[in-house]
Amino acid sequence: MDTAQTKNKKLAIGWFCFTCSEDSTILFTELLNKHFDEWKKIIDFKHIRSLKTKNELKDLDVAFVEGAISSKTQEKEVKKIRDNAKYVVAIGQCACTGMPSASRNSFEDKDIDDRIRWYLEHFDYNKKVQKLEDVIKVDDKVEGCPMNVTKFLTIMDKYLKLFNII
Amino acid sequence: MHSGNITIENITKIEGSAGLDVIIENGKVKEVKFKIQDSRRFYTDAVKKKPLISAPSFLSRICGTCSVAHLFATIKAIENSQEIEVTEQTKILRRLAYDALMIRDHALHLYFFVLPDLLGVDSILDIPDDHEDLGHTLLHDSFDIKQLGTDISEVVIGAAIHAPIPTIGGFLKLPDESKFPELIERLEKIRPQVIRGIKAFFNYEASLEQDVDYVALRNENKFDFLEGTLISLDGRKIPSEKFLEHFDVVVVPYSQSEGYVFSDNHENYVLGALARVNLNKDQLNSRTVEDTKEYLKVFPSKNIYHNNLAQAIEILHCVDDAIDILKNIKIVDEKPIKKPIKAGVGIGVIEAPRGTLYHKAVIDENGVVVDYDVIVPTSQNQISIENDLKKYFNENLDKGEEKLKFDAESIIRAYDPCMSCATNFLKIDWIRK
Repeated sequence: MDTAQTKNKKLAIGWFCFTCSEDSTILFTELLNKHFDEWKKIIDFKHIRSLKTKNELKDLDVAFVEGAISSKTQEKEVKKIRDNAKYVVAIGQCACTGMPSASRNSFEDKDIDDRIRWYLEHFDYNKKVQKLEDVIKVDDKVEGCPMNVTKFLTIMDKYLKLFNII
Repeated sequence: MHSGNITIENITKIEGSAGLDVIIENGKVKEVKFKIQDSRRFYTDAVKKKPLISAPSFLSRICGTCSVAHLFATIKAIENSQEIEVTEQTKILRRLAYDALMIRDHALHLYFFVLPDLLGVDSILDIPDDHEDLGHTLLHDSFDIKQLGTDISEVVIGAAIHAPIPTIGGFLKLPDESKFPELIERLEKIRPQVIRGIKAFFNYEASLEQDVDYVALRNENKFDFLEGTLISLDGRKIPSEKFLEHFDVVVVPYSQSEGYVFSDNHENYVLGALARVNLNKDQLNSRTVEDTKEYLKVFPSKNIYHNNLAQAIEILHCVDDAIDILKNIKIVDEKPIKKPIKAGVGIGVIEAPRGTLYHKAVIDENGVVVDYDVIVPTSQNQISIENDLKKYFNENLDKGEEKLKFDAESIIRAYDPCMSCATNFLKIDWIRK
């Protein structure tokens, strides 16, 4: 059987977080309870800050991106991820729709007091929080707050098959 | 002697995003900047104008890993604003749900984030696939421990993250008692694995002594994460409703989070499992005490790395407490307590996994949230983290940059900081740092 698995090819993935509660990242770490041994054989975790210090943003097959985009720095970073990944999957509700992280988009001027304004002006904040698709091309979405596990596993399976890993 | 500045752009194996700048001049540390980098989501402003019933679910979204803590603190604040006294069964089931949170959350931090430091590897992904290897055993213990925490959460509150069942006044649905025997069996089975972890974190030789006070809730009747009065190792006693009178907020201009100090002497303090075990170890579950006597001797401790050991001991306490609850509770059918809506102010102070969490709700006569405050433990620990790093760097500048960076990350990780939580507001006067 001339599959990628027999040649020890692994699916090269990255997992990234922007503006969100990181609930889907936590859920992903929970999935490792049951999938760690299996995934370690077929997935190369090239970039995942929640699990490792030595990360590499290069030649990713799939980038999983959680969270909305709320600053120029994040815009730049997510575009770099897009440039280095064959496929990008938006993970969770903030990445897919912007909400609830984009709640401030609906603040009226009178709601923005000096305290909020100080942070908005002092740090790097875009005028509006954007969903991932507003900034880069997205190939797949896993909605939910946190992400829908069944859909995530289906998507993971899809890419493992697409790259002839399984 | 290290001479150049040291920068860590992204500290890894923590919840959220943070960086570190160390400015060194003439062989001495001039400044340490621990920068919390998560973008603010302004949830305490976004919750305004929402009906009170929707606030707990919305504010649980402040954090992924300790969402149950924000959920329960919001519920407590709103119940206090409405003068709702919940039933004894509700209190016990909340305690059980909280045991499950602590088991899962502490295990994530200890085994996924800290264990690689203890083993001298970069990541759990680098732990050898060898059944004889201690790292391999501990990692696979952690899968069982975390999964059990999650499974208890699902039975009691519907989910481990953004749980749908707890509500103001009680529970929307009561747990299925037929699932309790299996949970008890798994909790008993997991005790030796948890104790193996405690031993491993006891043997972790890293040390950084602090000159600081520790603060945590204490309930005079039992080891409790949800009820009590704030006390400190130096003898402070602070009722929840007086919280704001005892702490001052400090603007940290390079960080997306504020810091906190005691209002009387402007000294920093430390929260979390280390503080709780330092202050309340006499109240731990009797089975826990029996099996951890040797390890409990190190407390009270001023070594921040013992926060890891304290978390490991708290996991066992929560396992034993959950066993007691599941064995003894007889679920009676009851609905959430409801009272006519009224205007009011309520405070909810509880112990989140990382330390004391403060929520304050202001509700109008129509049951609408008109103001909200949140103070989280990571913000309160921020100045202590910087002071510890400054001490470490001043004493270790003879070491190479790689070692300095590794140790700095380990010190930060020992606090188990959570940046998603840390970027929320308190609205009182600021002190400029």
